Amino acid sequence: MTTMVATAQVKAKASDRTIAENRLGLKLVAPAVVVMVLVTAWPMIQALYLSLFKYRLTVPDDRAFTGLGNYATILSDSLFWKDTLNTIIIMIVTVAIELVIGFAFAMVMHRIVFARGLMRTAILIPYGIITVVSAFAWQFAFSLNNGFVDGWFHWLPWIGTDTNWYGDHWHAMFAIMVSEIWKTTPFMSLLLLAGLSQVSEDMIEAAKVDGATWTQRLVKVILPNMRAAIMVAVLFRALDAYRIFDNIFIMTKGAQDTESSSFLTYRQVIEQFQLGMGSALSVLLFLSVLLIAFILVKLFKVDLAAARGEA
Amino acid sequence: MSPQEPHPSRRIRRTLAVAAALAMAGGVLTACGGSSGKPTLTWYINPDPSQPANFKGPFGQAGIAARCSTSKYTIQVQELPGDATQQRIQLARRLAAGDTGIDLMSLDPVFTGEFANAGFLAPLPDSLQSSLKSVTLPGAVSGATWGGRLAVAPLWANTQLLWYRKSFAQKAGLDMSKPVTWDQIIKAASQNGGTVGVQANKYEGYSVWINALVAGAGGSIIQNAAKGDNATITIDSTAGKQAAAVIDELSHSKAAEGDLSVSNEGTVLGPFATPQGAFQVNWTFIYANYKADKATFNDLGWTRYPETVAGKPSRPPLGGINIGINKATTHRADAYAATRCITSEANQVRYAIETGNMPARTSAYNAPDLRKAYPANLLAAFRSSLQAAAPRPVSPYWSDISSAIQSTWHPPTSVNSSTPQKSASFISDVLKGRKLL
Repeated sequence: MTTMVATAQVKAKASDRTIAENRLGLKLVAPAVVVMVLVTAWPMIQALYLSLFKYRLTVPDDRAFTGLGNYATILSDSLFWKDTLNTIIIMIVTVAIELVIGFAFAMVMHRIVFARGLMRTAILIPYGIITVVSAFAWQFAFSLNNGFVDGWFHWLPWIGTDTNWYGDHWHAMFAIMVSEIWKTTPFMSLLLLAGLSQVSEDMIEAAKVDGATWTQRLVKVILPNMRAAIMVAVLFRALDAYRIFDNIFIMTKGAQDTESSSFLTYRQVIEQFQLGMGSALSVLLFLSVLLIAFILVKLFKVDLAAARGEA
Repeated sequence: MSPQEPHPSRRIRRTLAVAAALAMAGGVLTACGGSSGKPTLTWYINPDPSQPANFKGPFGQAGIAARCSTSKYTIQVQELPGDATQQRIQLARRLAAGDTGIDLMSLDPVFTGEFANAGFLAPLPDSLQSSLKSVTLPGAVSGATWGGRLAVAPLWANTQLLWYRKSFAQKAGLDMSKPVTWDQIIKAASQNGGTVGVQANKYEGYSVWINALVAGAGGSIIQNAAKGDNATITIDSTAGKQAAAVIDELSHSKAAEGDLSVSNEGTVLGPFATPQGAFQVNWTFIYANYKADKATFNDLGWTRYPETVAGKPSRPPLGGINIGINKATTHRADAYAATRCITSEANQVRYAIETGNMPARTSAYNAPDLRKAYPANLLAAFRSSLQAAAPRPVSPYWSDISSAIQSTWHPPTSVNSSTPQKSASFISDVLKGRKLL
């Protein structure tokens, strides 16, 4: 009986301590929570609210509650779907190419012995350049009159001479994607390098001793053990690529139907001052990003399960 | 140390706090115009052309600001982005927020309707309006008018001419002393290995070209612009089809420059100075631009903007800059006085000589200094072109209308006889909020 009372007292003291600790914890995180709510949640709530109105900044008399009218207009508009398709194409193509090139860079950086720091820095330089600057550089590179792409690669059959890279949809999309890939491949390789360094050298060595070829070691040992790193890299880059804006704004300003979802939102809010329609677009963009994240995370889980032999 | 006496460290802190407060108050006073209390008017300007290396002192609009500063106020300039769209965005966002940091602004005529309708501009006093109306070119007045009143004060007016290489026109057998048509110059250039430079990128400059072509055929893009989103859309007309035919012809001819779909006022300058250079339509700054290139300059000819339809006088594009006064300015009386000075004939003439941007005042074209700086026939061409010019519709929705036109008329190779109908229906849908831009 005495023991039970003592135990209860100890538990009560522990409970009091936990409550006190929780209170202290809440007090400590409260400022951060307030800031987060102010800078993140409040604008989102505002956007959601504005998306229910016809609201144009420069026509003050023409404001009205439209309910889901803006969403209905957007979802029935071919431009929205065309821009969404552009965005998905840019996301899939750039992330796939970045994954391949980034992995190759990661392998090189992992194995490199001579001037390792210098070589890694050199590979990472594009990522350190501000996107606006790199986009301007690529815009110049693809320009018809004095860009180096036309001058250097004119012998390639699909380039030829005097190619107006901004003259049609696919050439312009190609130019945009090249600039995006050039800029962000180092980021991909950085994440993959981290994953590569987690792969056990002993395991690779054992496979080698067992007679596995380089390709077999890559496919059967290295890649399966890097699956988590690959998926994290893909997730990060896919979400980033889906919000592509700077390159398009600088290189084509959306001409030749090269607009992305972010660019369409920018045009509505910033250029047309259509705050209601633009807010509805930003809400849809947010939901799209969530959906992509959800799909990729699901794939990630399945793959991990498969890797563990649980599937 | 008595209990009432503050601790030394507290004393130091208090002294520092008082010093900081005084410094901040001083800073605020300085920002308000200095210790003398003389206000500073802030004039947001569009960028001027580059200042010549041998030019001394304040140049362009900064020069006007310096000359118009008085003992009562100082005018300082703040430069806006170079792109007209970006200028509009920056100004509109600040004005909508009631920013009192803007007193005066250099405004492209195409935004007059939107800004005036939104209530961003302070109304010009009747006396200033009537004096400006009586001395300003009619085209510049119409581009500055909203709701029957002058909403902004015209500073300079711009127009496009047909610039050509005299040697090429001679080789092609064209008589440039008479009006020429788009068809004539496209054929002449195609058949003689030359090019015709135009502005056909997906931007406002392309709308300028389309508006001039439609107006040149006797039509218009919209009518009753004052009705806002209920304006009558009239681009789907014979004039619209004739305009489309010109773009169709040029874009599918050998006279089209390789970068036609991304061409602008700047990109056409280079090709014009090559052996393939034949014709270009461009603003008044071209004359000064080629001065450094003697071979091109000596071969440079100019004439009235080409006709869309043979025998029907062309309606050249109209541009320029007007001075708007922020409704939220705290120095409205000073801003009115400054506007009178900025748009005076003397300043318009000097500005035209410095930058190549022509005066909006009719009488300025007779000013001896301007006549010394430009050939008499060039000044006459500018003036007659400005008198015949067709401004883009002054509408609060022009930005939407222009973007809708660009969406349906771009790239130029896609333009055909059905384009005017497509654009009319798209403009209507956009104005009614049924379609996205």
